[in-house]
Amino acid sequence: MSAPIDTKLATPANPANPAAAGAPAAVPILARLPNDRWKPLEIVFWLLPVAAWFLFPNHLVLVSQIMIVGLFALSLDLVLGYAGIVSLGHAAFFGLGAYTAGLLSVHGWGEPVSGLFAAALVAGLAGLVVSFLVVRGQDLARLMVTLGIGLMLFEAANKAAFITGGVDGLSGMAMQPLFGAFEFDLYGKTAFWYSLGVLFLLFVLLRRVVNSPFGLSLRGIREGGRRMPAIGANVDRRLKVAFTAGAAIAGVAGALLAQTTQFVGLDSLGFPRSAELLIMLVLGGTGRLYGALVGAAVFMVAQDFISGLDPAYWQFYIGLLLVLIVLFARGGILGGLEKLAQLVKPAARKEGA
Amino acid sequence: MVGNMIGVLFDGIAYGSLLFLISVGLSVTMGMMNFINLAHGAFAMVGGYVCVTLLSRLGLPFLATLPLAFLAAAVIGLVLERVLYRRLYKASHLDQVLFSIGLTFMAVAGATWLFGPTQQPVNLPDWLRGQVHARFLGLGLDLGVYRLFLIGVVVLVTTALVLLIERTRFGAQIRASVDNQTAAAGLGINVSRVFSLTFALGSGLAGLGGGLGIDVLGLDPSFPVKYMVYFLLVVAVGGAGSIKGPLIAALILGVFDVAGKYYVPEVGAFVIYTLMVVLLILFPFGLVRRKA
Repeated sequence: MSAPIDTKLATPANPANPAAAGAPAAVPILARLPNDRWKPLEIVFWLLPVAAWFLFPNHLVLVSQIMIVGLFALSLDLVLGYAGIVSLGHAAFFGLGAYTAGLLSVHGWGEPVSGLFAAALVAGLAGLVVSFLVVRGQDLARLMVTLGIGLMLFEAANKAAFITGGVDGLSGMAMQPLFGAFEFDLYGKTAFWYSLGVLFLLFVLLRRVVNSPFGLSLRGIREGGRRMPAIGANVDRRLKVAFTAGAAIAGVAGALLAQTTQFVGLDSLGFPRSAELLIMLVLGGTGRLYGALVGAAVFMVAQDFISGLDPAYWQFYIGLLLVLIVLFARGGILGGLEKLAQLVKPAARKEGA
Repeated sequence: MVGNMIGVLFDGIAYGSLLFLISVGLSVTMGMMNFINLAHGAFAMVGGYVCVTLLSRLGLPFLATLPLAFLAAAVIGLVLERVLYRRLYKASHLDQVLFSIGLTFMAVAGATWLFGPTQQPVNLPDWLRGQVHARFLGLGLDLGVYRLFLIGVVVLVTTALVLLIERTRFGAQIRASVDNQTAAAGLGINVSRVFSLTFALGSGLAGLGGGLGIDVLGLDPSFPVKYMVYFLLVVAVGGAGSIKGPLIAALILGVFDVAGKYYVPEVGAFVIYTLMVVLLILFPFGLVRRKA
């Protein structure tokens, strides 16, 4: 239908084309922003969870978890896929959010939505503090700082068992009904719509952000951090904002998980969770938003399926998968699909002409 | 009290020198190829398992197993470098991190499959057990024999390493390749072969460290993940591409870690992580910055 328009818009969407930055001033800047219209495929994608509601009524809990982890992966996509900060401790913020919501509810504040806001605030503040450390170094130092912060928080939660429950986890959460009307039920029906609603709202927000001039400047920093100051971009401040926002969203995801499962385990802070998150993101494809969601869905369904067959060696297959992705399939699932689409497209255009 | 402190210092130095032995290869490969290799601990684990297997199944003496641990890890390192790692030298750091996490996961699962998830016991020969009593500055000290042995081995290996890098032709080639690959290649140095051999040497040293470290660090399949931070820390704090930097960093970390666990056990590993964050803030490019 609109193939010619698509190709025209595909050029500026191409991340951080340096030519775009130095384009002649005659071209209005707004025209160079990526198209923000929702494509039909995107609408179909968002109907999938609704379809899952009717098709898999017995797997609502799994679908909710996929959506929550998908939100978590989205937050990493902002930090890693767009801003290009390699973080090995993103679970720290997830865990902070989870413990914030969990502790609030254990101590009598069981209202879910305000719990989410509190979690976002706490995780975002922590993200802000960490972001000052993150922008100081290069990849290796960033990696170490994020890894170190994650490990520190894990250790802190482990030692502070009188607050967090330590290894046993935080239990005894009592959630009030959502909006005072919808009780969290045993089948996860409320949890399903709650997670979907939060995920969708934050996705719309993120989608808007990454297609804004700010989002484009993040891609510019990712592709060539040294050139961005030359066009007047404050690199450090943008990275800090992106990192903080990513941390806050991760906190929301953590809070969602805590509220819907009414339990917070120590593993929500651990390194394996950060690593798995990275895997999901690259499996789906970084810097695309949808990659995070697709990756989370594929990963979690596969985990549900494979670890049922062979729980001990799940880790081996994950490792193998990672090595294969890096060596042969950069861009993950969505990257592969894009390549396929590009192979098919010219042929389709010829037919149309 | 003072004797106590010296004892902690001694244990810390022994621990730190072990960390140095395992991490020095990582430092050189990271400085040379600019490759972030999170799987380095897996080579140490290989060395550890080779040692344990030879000791318990074949009954070889402990000292004889150490060179074999070195050799096994070096050969595996060489093969992996030739087949896999070299494809990723030019890749982004993210790709390298993911790839090496993948390798680590596979190593962990492989070790679980081969040896089971439990801690491996090591039976040290009698002459390496127990304590010696030493008089130092008028204080009576009890020093662990094995830790003395450890420090001795690391001093020997480090001396050999420094001589290799400073005094031999191969060492000069390594230094040239670290400083400037293109110029080194232009001078007729086979940089890719130097890379492979250095990688093998680094993996071998890690394997040796893994074998030596069973008694101190323990050995189970989660080893590469558990100590990954420590190895990376030594390199990140010390500065990649040198020997001096990681040595200083490893000793500092070793002493602080042991002292932290001894004096303030309730805060656990907190001391080391705090130290790491502070050091990385103060020296974002490492203690010893490589002159390029």
